[in-house]
Amino acid sequence: MKPLDMVIADRPDVRSGNNAGRTPDERTHVAVKVFSVFYRANQAVKDVTFNIPAGYVTAIIGPSGCGKSTILRAINRMNDLVPGCYVKGELLFDGQNVYNPDVDVVMLRRRVGMVFQKPNPFPKSIFDNVAYGPRLHSRLNQGELAEIVERSLVDAALWDEVKDRLDDNALSLSGGQQQRLCIARVLAVDPEILLMDEPTSALDPRATLRIENLIAELRGRYTIIIVTHNMQQAARVSDFTAFMYEGALIEFGPTKEIFTKPTHKQTNDYITGRFG
Amino acid sequence: MNLKTRKILDRAFAGSGVFSILLMTAALVVILVPMLIRGWGAIYFTATVEHRHLMLERFDRGNPERVADELNSTRETRAPLYRMITEFEKQLETSDSESRKRYTTPLRELKKAIHDLLGPAPGAIRPMLMRDQYGQMRWGRALVKLRNVLYREEWDYSDPTRGGIKALKPRAAEFTGTPVEPLCAYLENNLTDMMLPRRTLYWQFLTDNSYDSHFFGGIWPEILGTFYLAVGAMLFAIPLGLIAAIYLTEYARETRLIGMLRTCISTLAGVPSIVFGLFGLAFFINTLKVSSSKSVLAGSLTLALMILPTLIRASEEAIRAVPHTYKEAALSLGAGRWHTVMSVILPAALPGILTGIVISMGRAAGETAPIIFTAAVSVGKPLALWQVFSQPTPALSWNIYNLATEHEAVDEIRHVQYGMVLVLVSLVLILNLAAIILRARVSKRLKG
Ligand SMILES: Nc1ncnc2c1ncn2[C@@H]1O[C@H](COP(=O)(O)OP(=O)(O)OP(=O)(O)O)[C@@H](O)[C@H]1O
Ligand SMILES: [Mg+2]
Repeated sequence: MKPLDMVIADRPDVRSGNNAGRTPDERTHVAVKVFSVFYRANQAVKDVTFNIPAGYVTAIIGPSGCGKSTILRAINRMNDLVPGCYVKGELLFDGQNVYNPDVDVVMLRRRVGMVFQKPNPFPKSIFDNVAYGPRLHSRLNQGELAEIVERSLVDAALWDEVKDRLDDNALSLSGGQQQRLCIARVLAVDPEILLMDEPTSALDPRATLRIENLIAELRGRYTIIIVTHNMQQAARVSDFTAFMYEGALIEFGPTKEIFTKPTHKQTNDYITGRFG
Repeated sequence: MNLKTRKILDRAFAGSGVFSILLMTAALVVILVPMLIRGWGAIYFTATVEHRHLMLERFDRGNPERVADELNSTRETRAPLYRMITEFEKQLETSDSESRKRYTTPLRELKKAIHDLLGPAPGAIRPMLMRDQYGQMRWGRALVKLRNVLYREEWDYSDPTRGGIKALKPRAAEFTGTPVEPLCAYLENNLTDMMLPRRTLYWQFLTDNSYDSHFFGGIWPEILGTFYLAVGAMLFAIPLGLIAAIYLTEYARETRLIGMLRTCISTLAGVPSIVFGLFGLAFFINTLKVSSSKSVLAGSLTLALMILPTLIRASEEAIRAVPHTYKEAALSLGAGRWHTVMSVILPAALPGILTGIVISMGRAAGETAPIIFTAAVSVGKPLALWQVFSQPTPALSWNIYNLATEHEAVDEIRHVQYGMVLVLVSLVLILNLAAIILRARVSKRLKG
């Protein structure tokens, strides 16, 4: 596996960061070190090690059941909800082990936002959905709140479609709009990392395209980790790709290299559609 | 299985389903309609002048001049009746002892029967009991009493192989040749003029206090008592039930202890309500001494205990039915557990919880056994709010039972009992209707 800084050196487009806000840098944002996740006796993630660079889009691909979701949900500790789930090894976020006993999970989840496979807006108004996070974390007056809601909806490329109906129930939106609303809801909390677990698998091609464009726009400002079954999508949106198989990390590297000259046969087979 | 048998099976199944639903509807109609009609009779009925008299005297209701006019006119039509009796009594005083002996008892019975129908004779001393101070209020009862005047019931036990045989003997025959002889015919022909029956809407039945243990007046103390008991029970049960349900669904780990707890709750839901009643007496009154004796408070606590298992189960189901994704979304945004429950899970579970609450409330309002030992008395005044901590109260459910079985004059006050049934059934129906509407509205808000 190529060292990270070399990879970045190869990619001037990535390095320059063509987006506003934070520029991508060489900082490792999330470091996974010999990390395993167990569901009772079943080991879903096996001694995985890789570094996720800040500001880039990292895709995790692999056949169904290989542990992609599990490792993603390990980062913001959503696995805590699953009874009988425990981990081994280290998962460092900004250098600090997420699984240290003294970590405040609520603070962690505030900094690590998540978008789920199925759009899951609350059965509340569009405004209340986006305002949910900000209301949680700080005392804001209506004006500040409205500002955050607008900015988040603009960032999520949803503002123009909903600006006249902010009081409508979020469930009255289309699936694609709902998913962008969920993204806006996460952005409103102003996280550092966005975890996306197959965010477009429930959407049609047009809605998918919008989300992909959105990811491209958010790239640089947020570290994005996206799980996807769609090879083209991984190739289109991501800077780095991790390929997992049966709980183990097979290959991790710049997306271009993974897709053009994978070093492992399994990766090649998977990408070319011979299995999975 | 070929297509034909499948079709036949489908049809048979659908048919039996429709049949059972129709059967249930028919049963409901057969039970409810007579109940509602007879209950309605407590409010809308043919009232006699005695009713208007009572309303004026005790409740200050109605037009005094008109009632006075009516009373005067009936007094006139009734006068010949009493004249006949006085004449006969005078005659008896001077007659021989044998005829005196012969007529004393029949005459006393006759006077009693007339008193039952028309109230005290003019000039008599006012009786002690209120029920003896007036004649029949309701035309239907008046006709029954009229029959008692016209005929005497006689039981014939001469045939030992059978029970007593009832026979009706005309009273007029007992008095042939006396001045009283024409009395019965006169009464029968002029009863309408003596009582002036008129269709009356006595809606104050719902808001009046009762007089002389339900002989007169309305059922307000019962309605209020039922309201206090049900609302009190909900005040205790809702917070406890919700907290328990939240704990069981969101906080408790699935240990064996929790499993046992769940089983216990289910079992508790099936415990007969009389057991809760006895427990309430033993625990809340005798042990905790929440009140020195029966009180609304003790009754509410007992009822709360009784509906708690149902409420917990209903809320648990409702909370479990909330999509897991809502919870994940809230937690992933950095909401704490408690905040997730309050801001996302409870609102989404609200329709189900509300249904559970309203149905439990209907049950709390209708249950009799738990309040027999802890809260209910058969006669009482409407309580003020601060009295609920120490005073017992009449309540609809208990008084329906009480009037039907233990009241000294069950037949005289059937209408009150049916009125209470009407109110209680309507109350429960309204609560259920409210549940349906509330549920629909909340779900609509959730679905957008
Ligand atoms: N809640 C759970 N309880 C027990 N086992 C689980 C749970 N979630 C996942 N697993 C197991 O962990 C392994 C990895 O699951 P995971 O959901 O991470 O796969 P995935 O790569 O995301 O698959 P997919 O592409 O289908 O989403 C699987 O074997 C699965 O059966
Ligand atoms: Mg998955």
